[in-house]
Amino acid sequence: MIHHMLSTLLSKLWSGWGTLAGVFLIFALWQVGFEAFGSLVLPAPLEALSRLVDLVALPSGLEYILITAKRAFAGFLLASAFGIFFGLIAGWSNTLSLLCKPFITVALGVPPIAWIVLALLWFGGDDGTPIFTVFISTIPLIFAGALQGVRMREKELDEMAQSFHVPPVQRFWQVQAPQIVSYLFPAWATALGLSWKVVVMAELLSSTRGIGAGLAEARVNIDTASTMAWIVVVVGLLLVIEGMLLNPVKDYVEGWKHAE
Amino acid sequence: MLNDTAPLLSVVPSGAADTKPSVLSVSVEDHRYHPLQQTLAPSALELKKGEVVSIIGPSGCGKSTFLRIAAGLIEASSGKISSTTDRTAILFQEHRLLPWKSLLNNISFGLQGQKLSKFQRMKKARAVAYAMGFTEDDLIKYPSELSGGMRQRGALARALAVEPDLLFLDEPFSALDIGRRRDLYRLVLHEVDEKQCSVLMVTHDVTEALALSDRVLVMAPDPGHFAKEYEVPLARSERTRRNLLELEASLLADDRIAQLFNMSNWEQLV
Repeated sequence: MIHHMLSTLLSKLWSGWGTLAGVFLIFALWQVGFEAFGSLVLPAPLEALSRLVDLVALPSGLEYILITAKRAFAGFLLASAFGIFFGLIAGWSNTLSLLCKPFITVALGVPPIAWIVLALLWFGGDDGTPIFTVFISTIPLIFAGALQGVRMREKELDEMAQSFHVPPVQRFWQVQAPQIVSYLFPAWATALGLSWKVVVMAELLSSTRGIGAGLAEARVNIDTASTMAWIVVVVGLLLVIEGMLLNPVKDYVEGWKHAE
Repeated sequence: MLNDTAPLLSVVPSGAADTKPSVLSVSVEDHRYHPLQQTLAPSALELKKGEVVSIIGPSGCGKSTFLRIAAGLIEASSGKISSTTDRTAILFQEHRLLPWKSLLNNISFGLQGQKLSKFQRMKKARAVAYAMGFTEDDLIKYPSELSGGMRQRGALARALAVEPDLLFLDEPFSALDIGRRRDLYRLVLHEVDEKQCSVLMVTHDVTEALALSDRVLVMAPDPGHFAKEYEVPLARSERTRRNLLELEASLLADDRIAQLFNMSNWEQLV
């Protein structure tokens, strides 16, 4: 038992090392780029990092980050709630699944930038535009994941549960939900990453506050150091979310897959 | 070398089945998956308490469909089933354990169909698991960590945990080697002798059917119907590998049945 815990801890640390090594490699390449092209094209990593510290130290900098995070999560959670709910319903019906196919294709095919234009017309320059854009660009992924999960589940296991007269609620949670999750989770993780990118893009074009707005300001001032600082913030937060939220959830729901 | 005269299965015979009450009676008038193709022609079966009945037939003859109808998993297009018990369990060809549950939780899974507390379910599952030779270490393993034989034994434990009056077997032994297979035969027959459990088994293995059953029904395809009923003349305790060969010979002596299994001149191996 102790041996088992120790080995999981070690493997966690080891994967942490891997991530860290990757991050440092990126900074090294960045430094090479700076030395080759000069600070107008790529600022020195250290300069960008010190700018980052300045930005976060300003009350408006932290506020920008929180506003963006709030918008991304609002859109993403709304998309998750609706996407999973309707995906589950559609998955259980042959007709609905067939009918939904073209909708998913169309929704995935519309570029987020087009949604931003529409959202600007509908919601104006407030929170509504980025939240709606995140919602509308992630919901097809989540919906399709839930729908596929329901469609692809093993009917044999349903039959087994039925043969023991296991009540429907237990049947859902113990037999069907784990199979649905194994399809839903990758889609859900992709959608979370996408929601970060889309929210920044929507803010850049529509908002006066948030990370995207910060980027827009940096562009107006031709300030590459601030631009890179904001990019580091976005990517860094994505890494943190993945490590602190996605990976633990993944370990929890897919733990049985990694049994020796 | 196997001793030819040793009993194949050391089990007490189930006694005179004629006087026992009927547990299940199935009467299928017609069954179709596709409106234009009849899968089952009229076929009926009655199962008495403590009786073991096998349905044998070539692949695709409809025997599994008949079992599914008898077990209530699907409904016949037209027909009637009456059963005196709702304590039934099915053992499928594949183990169908839930890969995300430990063996113990898999064994207790089927008990959720009964009104038991979680504690009672776990206690019962544990007792059954120990009776079937699992160790404490096995119980916390996931199915992927168990061998094929242990998985099927786990599936049998899950089925027997509900203390079924009626056990359906859908070729559950076909993927196992001969030793594992006999272990499971013994566990099933123990249940039959101790608790008067009735068994309806589907198999394509003639020897297996003759070794375990009181009665063997032969199903012929296109559409599926029972072509012959064969009462196994020997009590189970008297059956040995040698006299099973003779029984098989007497069953396959019927030309129709030999043809059904593509076994004309069956004594030739190749």
